[in-house]
Amino acid sequence: MAEEEIRIPRKKRRSPEEASVDPAAQEMLAFADLRGIGTAFSRADAMAPCNIGSAGMCCDLCGMGPCRLTKDGMTGICGATIDTIQSRNFIRAVAAGSAAHSDHGRDMAFTLKAVANGEAEGYTIRDIAKLRTVAAKYDIPIEDRSPEDIANDLADLYIDQFGQQRGTLAPVLRAPEKRKKIWNELGVTPRGVDREVVEALHRTHMGDDQEPAHILHHAVRTSLADGWGGSMIATDISDILFGTPAPVLGEANLGVLKDDMVNVVVHGHEPTLSQMVVAASQDPEIIAYAKAAGAEGINLSGICCTANEILMRQGIPAAGNFLQQELAILTGAVEAMVVDVQCIMQALVTLADEFHTKIITTSPKVRIKDATHIEFDEHNALSIAKNILKEAIDNYENRGEIRIPDYKNSLIPGFSHEYINYMLGGSYRASFRPLNDAIMAGRIRGVAAIVGCTNPRIQHDSHHTTITEELLKQDVLVVETGCSAIASAKMGFLLGDAGLDRVGPGLREVCETVGIPPVLHMGSCVDNTRILTVLTQMVEEGGLGDDINEVPAVGLAPEWMSEKALSIATYCVASGAYVMMGGSNPVEGRGDKIPDSVLVADYFDSGWEELYGGKLQFLDDPEEMIRRTLDHIDAKREALGLPGYDPTQFGKSGDARLEEIEGLPLEERQAALYGRVPAS
Amino acid sequence: MSRYIATRAIRGANALVNEAEAMLARALDEKGPDTPVAFPNTAYYLPVIYGMTGREIEKLGELPEVLTQARNLLHPTPSQRHWTPYLGETLDSGMATLLTAETIEAIRYVYGMQPELLPGFELAGGTAFTSPDMNDAEGESANGHLNGAIDDIQLRSWGIQLVDGRMPGFAAIVGCAKSNEAAVQIVRELQRRNILCFLSGNINGRSIIHQLDEEGVELGYDTYTVPFGTDTLSAIYALGFATRSALTFGGLKGGQAREILTYNKDRVFAFVLALGEVDDLKYAAAAGAINFGFPVVADTVIPQILPTGVTTYEHVVSLPWNEIEGADDVEKAERLVQKCIEVRGVKVQVADVPVPVPYGSAFEGEVVRKADMRVEFGGRGSRCFEYLKMAKLDDLTDGKIEVVGPDFSEVDDQGTMDMGIVIEVAGRQMEQDFEPVLERQIHYFVNGASGIQHIGQRDIAWIRISSKAADAGFNLEDFGKILHARFHSDFGAIVDKVQVTIHTEPGQVEERLREARETYDFRNKRLEDLTDDAVDEFYSCTLCQSFAPNHVCIVSPERLGLCGAYNWLDCKASFNINPTGPNQPIKLGRKVDTDQGYWEGTNDYAKVGSHGVVEEVAMYSIMENPMTACGCFECIVMLIPEANGVMVVSREDTSMTPAGMTFSTLAGMAGGGIQTPGVMGVGKFYLISPKFISADGGFKRVVWMSSILKDTMAEELKAVAERAGDTELIDRIADERSVTTVEELLPWMEENNHPALTMDPIF
Repeated sequence: MAEEEIRIPRKKRRSPEEASVDPAAQEMLAFADLRGIGTAFSRADAMAPCNIGSAGMCCDLCGMGPCRLTKDGMTGICGATIDTIQSRNFIRAVAAGSAAHSDHGRDMAFTLKAVANGEAEGYTIRDIAKLRTVAAKYDIPIEDRSPEDIANDLADLYIDQFGQQRGTLAPVLRAPEKRKKIWNELGVTPRGVDREVVEALHRTHMGDDQEPAHILHHAVRTSLADGWGGSMIATDISDILFGTPAPVLGEANLGVLKDDMVNVVVHGHEPTLSQMVVAASQDPEIIAYAKAAGAEGINLSGICCTANEILMRQGIPAAGNFLQQELAILTGAVEAMVVDVQCIMQALVTLADEFHTKIITTSPKVRIKDATHIEFDEHNALSIAKNILKEAIDNYENRGEIRIPDYKNSLIPGFSHEYINYMLGGSYRASFRPLNDAIMAGRIRGVAAIVGCTNPRIQHDSHHTTITEELLKQDVLVVETGCSAIASAKMGFLLGDAGLDRVGPGLREVCETVGIPPVLHMGSCVDNTRILTVLTQMVEEGGLGDDINEVPAVGLAPEWMSEKALSIATYCVASGAYVMMGGSNPVEGRGDKIPDSVLVADYFDSGWEELYGGKLQFLDDPEEMIRRTLDHIDAKREALGLPGYDPTQFGKSGDARLEEIEGLPLEERQAALYGRVPAS
Repeated sequence: MSRYIATRAIRGANALVNEAEAMLARALDEKGPDTPVAFPNTAYYLPVIYGMTGREIEKLGELPEVLTQARNLLHPTPSQRHWTPYLGETLDSGMATLLTAETIEAIRYVYGMQPELLPGFELAGGTAFTSPDMNDAEGESANGHLNGAIDDIQLRSWGIQLVDGRMPGFAAIVGCAKSNEAAVQIVRELQRRNILCFLSGNINGRSIIHQLDEEGVELGYDTYTVPFGTDTLSAIYALGFATRSALTFGGLKGGQAREILTYNKDRVFAFVLALGEVDDLKYAAAAGAINFGFPVVADTVIPQILPTGVTTYEHVVSLPWNEIEGADDVEKAERLVQKCIEVRGVKVQVADVPVPVPYGSAFEGEVVRKADMRVEFGGRGSRCFEYLKMAKLDDLTDGKIEVVGPDFSEVDDQGTMDMGIVIEVAGRQMEQDFEPVLERQIHYFVNGASGIQHIGQRDIAWIRISSKAADAGFNLEDFGKILHARFHSDFGAIVDKVQVTIHTEPGQVEERLREARETYDFRNKRLEDLTDDAVDEFYSCTLCQSFAPNHVCIVSPERLGLCGAYNWLDCKASFNINPTGPNQPIKLGRKVDTDQGYWEGTNDYAKVGSHGVVEEVAMYSIMENPMTACGCFECIVMLIPEANGVMVVSREDTSMTPAGMTFSTLAGMAGGGIQTPGVMGVGKFYLISPKFISADGGFKRVVWMSSILKDTMAEELKAVAERAGDTELIDRIADERSVTTVEELLPWMEENNHPALTMDPIF
């Protein structure tokens, strides 16, 4: 159904209810309509995607084109066939995504180096245990060494990964043995992060690599440099510097904005600045400054993955996901939106003009015309963070009428793989055994990782929540990151309470046993590497095969839009996962008219499955994604020789009976617990 | 967990740590930090604390750090809504509870409040193979109190049964059963399956210990039913026992918490049975037990935790007594125990023995005191013997039991009469060599009947029937029924037919005894001829590998297993019974060094059997590549370099040895499958073998020996002395009555002219 909406240019704009399933978003969209203010939603309605470009049939890589291949047998001016063009476009997207994640990782590594040298104001090494664990994986000596010394070595090692020319990226050693063997045999083990990205760009320059399978082979290597390289490095260092996440109570949705406080929204992806803004917002000097401005204090919240970084660690509320960046400004209650990198719409600045909100860019890499720029530098992070907050506070007096939607939901984020390990057995018996057992017994039918963006061409949050809701009922444990996790948070899926009444009987037993929400929030989109680590640990725990592709699990990005999502999808496939992407299909082609235009899509499916045991499909219909998820999980269960899914066997655990009994008067309660006790 | 349980367990743990901190502060104040703290007769300090934290607690002043560690493991209770996960947190709080409970019990030992006093209570003491009346002599110490912590001696003496599966595991029973009848039935059902019962806890002041005591059930080591204490905290002794199993048999060290816990999950089949309402402290302790992989079964309504993982099967199961289907308490108890076994995955074999008294290994150690006795056979007043021989298949009628002579109805109470038990067996796989192997089983088989006591063997057998058993209808024919049933169930692979004749007519007894004695002599001769040089294969024994994964015994005719329970013939029979079982023939192959005891076959096997941990084993030396041990050895032999000889310590000896360590401490060095030159765990009958450390100079190297060995093996040792050509030899060997230090040992040896002084240097 979504497909039709995307393809057919719309005569009229969608109603707020059609545009989003989130009532807070609906309220803001209604307001925008009323005021005639444009948003990504309305712009999407107004502009149909280019039907040639969206099918991957346009090549603009050189000045002879752009070439539009709309008929069977057509080639580009240079003779490039449609599958070559699709592959080149695809690998370029993967390279951009890999570059984005990895450059984030690089900055984290530089920050770690600065912290180790005592040159980074305000930062410390928060998680020494993780530092030691990670360092030990690379044989960096840890005994009798200060955290700074270890961090220095680790930072050097990690910095080297970007410029490394030969050999194997260090974090790759953490993959399952069987997987590493496959990569080595196929020659896709990444050598150096930058090298793979550069090579991807080189190969796709006019007149270079023109064999689709060969191009896509390198797309895999480029993506692995992200998932088992740059992203993994980013996650490791974030945990080391800011603490490995553990469950904490947080809130999500626009209702977290406060009417009597200075609202500062951090948006983007990196934790380095936002963590300092968190610290600065608790500084007595800043609080006093805010009070002097007539506010009750500073209310910090986040959008997109910066939100996830501080939500996972400090429980700082998330104002919303990607598509809510404009909606936050529409409340009129945001004094400053502080942005760093990735997924920041240029429209923010124009929109902010309608209100008092200041858009403050901070990254040396990211400026937006007419935005305030306060450049961030990790060496003076705390001072800069304070300046940013003062800027916001100074803006408080300019606030006009506000309209904060009264919608917010509690959530429990913080499921790092370290905590998952702990939660399943405590300090002494931590392991993945209970999780594997639950899958093997069939209490948990399988695992679905639902990740990725939101996309204004799809009813906001609808695919995420439809799929999540149904899979939970089917006893599929869901792990989420990024904007998907925030979508679920807004629906209340990230609470233990949801583990009692919104899930199948088997999953309910597991949720009640461990005390977990049925959807585990594992972090930002760069933290998808945590999911790789979890899958690896599940394999190593035993009983679910020898490699990731044998685990009854799928990956879904039902509302994807960014190039990073394509990189993530590719490294997940190369790691053995079945990945489904919802909405846009960059290699869709026109199979009815041009048979060759679906060769690449087929290759993503059956070609990659043959090589890596994982596959990539682009689908429109969430119901179809659910169906394929369950089919895949059941097929993997069968291949492992596990019992078929049978929910009727489960559900006899838990507190329900006790809760009934608790309500009874004392004597009846005793009788109910143990029968009438004979007088002794 | 469930939130309900998590809330209560974490609340209970917090309360207990608070209580313990106050208690410890008071104790430090009153007694001082240097006051020693210890559980009786253990080398493992406070075992749970030692195992989990590596702390070797010996003084009160060292306990605060334990409580600090416990406190650090505590967590807040889960919120009513929007809770964060609680499973890991509850397990940690459970561990805090265990560390704290052990701390409290240690303090109570300091104050003399443990073992718990219970006026009028008598522990079932004594061991098989000693006079049943011995208990009365030293009974003082066994009366008026409960058991408290289990000592290392008992742990080791149960060792072989735990490792060979005869004793499948233990039940930590906490609380008070619905009724006395239920209590008795539950324990009977567990005993019938040879599962150790550890008793503790109460409901409103009444404990299952009171219930069983009132019903006259004997409680103590010998009946596999050990009353720890009437409060919940004393259940910690069960986990101390579990921890020490891993340390003793698993070769693990203090502080290897995770390994110790998973060892228990994988190898120790134990569970918690919570009887009656479960309060916060019980939930907290149960959370601790789950860390060990021990599930919890309750006979009340509690939330079930059915997903698996920390435990092998379900974590918490509720089987409310009222909802158990069953006509009476007997049936309900059976179902409840069956459920426990199912949940823990305990492997249990039960032979159905059709006698009118309860039957199971748990009754093997039961003592029938003279006052409780209906009749006895053997001992001082009459003759009793037992004799098993093989016969032709066609000559026997399977299951035929004949009593030749009068029964005991005419004998006065506490009277005595002659009896001879003659068993004939036949089977295609039966060999004459197996006759003595099977005959020695009579002791265990007969002892399994509740109210029947069997001591000795052959013509020194001594059997008592209690009045209670006689009242229940036990008669002479029942001996035959027991033997018939057990030989079939345990030795079915080699025995096809069993026929039993019980002789009580004095003339017949006389005649049959003469025949039996001829055979005994023949067998003795055969055993003498059965030397290591006369056979071309030894046997491996890997029974203990379920507990000590890298230990392997090599059993030869002249060197029996270190547990004392398996000699070469036993192994041969066992191989015949189960050709893929734990006893496999080792073809000796080429002789490498027959003085030290190396063969190609034994060396190859040592490598394979120990999974590469041990390279070579010398059969006859303690100095060079000695054989390893699991933990259930009867004696430890250890080099005393100053004396140019070795000492032999019995596991029943708790006193100090010249090595400066007690048996318990030494055992830590000898067990766990580790090869340590100069230290060896052995079966006591190896001491009298001509091959006893023959490469190092043989028995004459023994310079010190626990007196209990001298006393109980006087005859055998006398023969050894004669063989050595020095009839005074045993008297030249020091024991703990005369010597407890090396400094005392050397003058003693001079004074008594010990031969080791003039022997070649031992190394």
